[in-house]
Amino acid sequence: MITTDILIIGAGPTGLFTVFEAGLLKLKCHLIDALPQAGGQCSEIYPKKPIYDIPAYPEILAGDLTEKLLEQCKQFEPGFTLGERAETIEKQTDGSFIVTTNKGTQHNAPVVTIAGGLGSFEPRKPLLENIEFYEDKGVAYMIKDPEVYRNKKVVISGGGDSALDWAIFLSDVASDVTLIHRRNEFRGALDSVDKVQELKNKGLITLITPAEVTGLIGETQLQAIEVTKSGESPVTIETDCFIPLFGLSPKLGPIGDWGLEIEKNAIKVNNALDYQTNIPGIFAIGDVNTYPGKLKLILCGFHEATLMCQAAYQIINPGKRYVLKYTTVSGIDGFDGTRKEAPKAVVKSIN
Amino acid sequence: MDQDVQIKITDRDGKLHQIAAPTDMALNIMEVVRLYELAPEGTIGICGGMAMCASCQCYVLTEHPLREMQDEEEAMLSEAFNVKPNSRLGCQIQITPEMEGLEIELAPED
Repeated sequence: MITTDILIIGAGPTGLFTVFEAGLLKLKCHLIDALPQAGGQCSEIYPKKPIYDIPAYPEILAGDLTEKLLEQCKQFEPGFTLGERAETIEKQTDGSFIVTTNKGTQHNAPVVTIAGGLGSFEPRKPLLENIEFYEDKGVAYMIKDPEVYRNKKVVISGGGDSALDWAIFLSDVASDVTLIHRRNEFRGALDSVDKVQELKNKGLITLITPAEVTGLIGETQLQAIEVTKSGESPVTIETDCFIPLFGLSPKLGPIGDWGLEIEKNAIKVNNALDYQTNIPGIFAIGDVNTYPGKLKLILCGFHEATLMCQAAYQIINPGKRYVLKYTTVSGIDGFDGTRKEAPKAVVKSIN
Repeated sequence: MDQDVQIKITDRDGKLHQIAAPTDMALNIMEVVRLYELAPEGTIGICGGMAMCASCQCYVLTEHPLREMQDEEEAMLSEAFNVKPNSRLGCQIQITPEMEGLEIELAPED
């Protein structure tokens, strides 16, 4: 069981800045994120895009913002459970919460903060009638262990980086790799596109474009797929595995079933005070929350995180008085033993 | 107001809305849909208008001269679902005076 002071669900910019603000109050944080890396949308959707409304940064790339937030909170030693989705929450008799992920990892904390952005990123599933029947019976939306595909016939569909990269990688592992895409053009990194071309020329990857997978065949297990090239009639291709890679889309997911008040796909919070939800001890900050006048901006998430941490301090240290300290005056004491402080002015008399 | 254009938007439930869309706010179709709350918040414009998701996909029903599709939009639509020949991403269509009389239908949610 992982224990911490504030359990943060979502490792995007708002979640990461919470670690810093909590650290100033000597509260320790642990973050859970469904993505395998920190940064949320900033690292998953638009790492190379500039943001112009972060105070004091006239322009910063979303990926760089993530890097800087990680650096800023580093001395407060946040824990991470990445690549796992927060699934259930249970209130304990001592008032704390246990949050369990889809992989069974358990976390215990007196305060839970949902900084979940748009929700957890889930693979987009192609609209094929019986696709759910074949899940784990030949159909997978992400590749966890490439060895599963050793000496198997594999069909990948999609036109982005992950489709190209996995087609390249599996051409060495699987007995047969077919890549199907709706267009002739791929939008992956140029290196990957060239590599796929090279492997195609060598006969190591079969490319079918412009085409779509239009059917799945097999009694108990996937045995074949039906492929339709544009303007032609469908053909059947035997395969052991079908891996559609059409990117990720965010879903509020299991958090929607936690008994929290939801409005417009977001969690209602008390914005007059501390961004607490209808369940005491559970807060929601950043893009995932809603209140009158809400703006889904990173800078608003930072502000919400700061006020939320004050409320968390009161829950964790009941009755204890707190007085605001400025980092410029008091410096920062990291949990890792480091100290940052303003250099002392030199006092010297002039004769 | 005179700088408004009249456009027709069919929402995901098939309901037709006649909308006065302002041309002086640099709005696109996705933003107009959000402005008038024609699709639930969180189901449209998820990427914020970067042509990086297809949540604002719509079918263009009239022959208006729209801005030509850029690579990003074309690539995104090539991976989207429910795509038709008249599919466009709403976030890539700007509301200009030429859009007077435009009719679109929102594509189903992914």
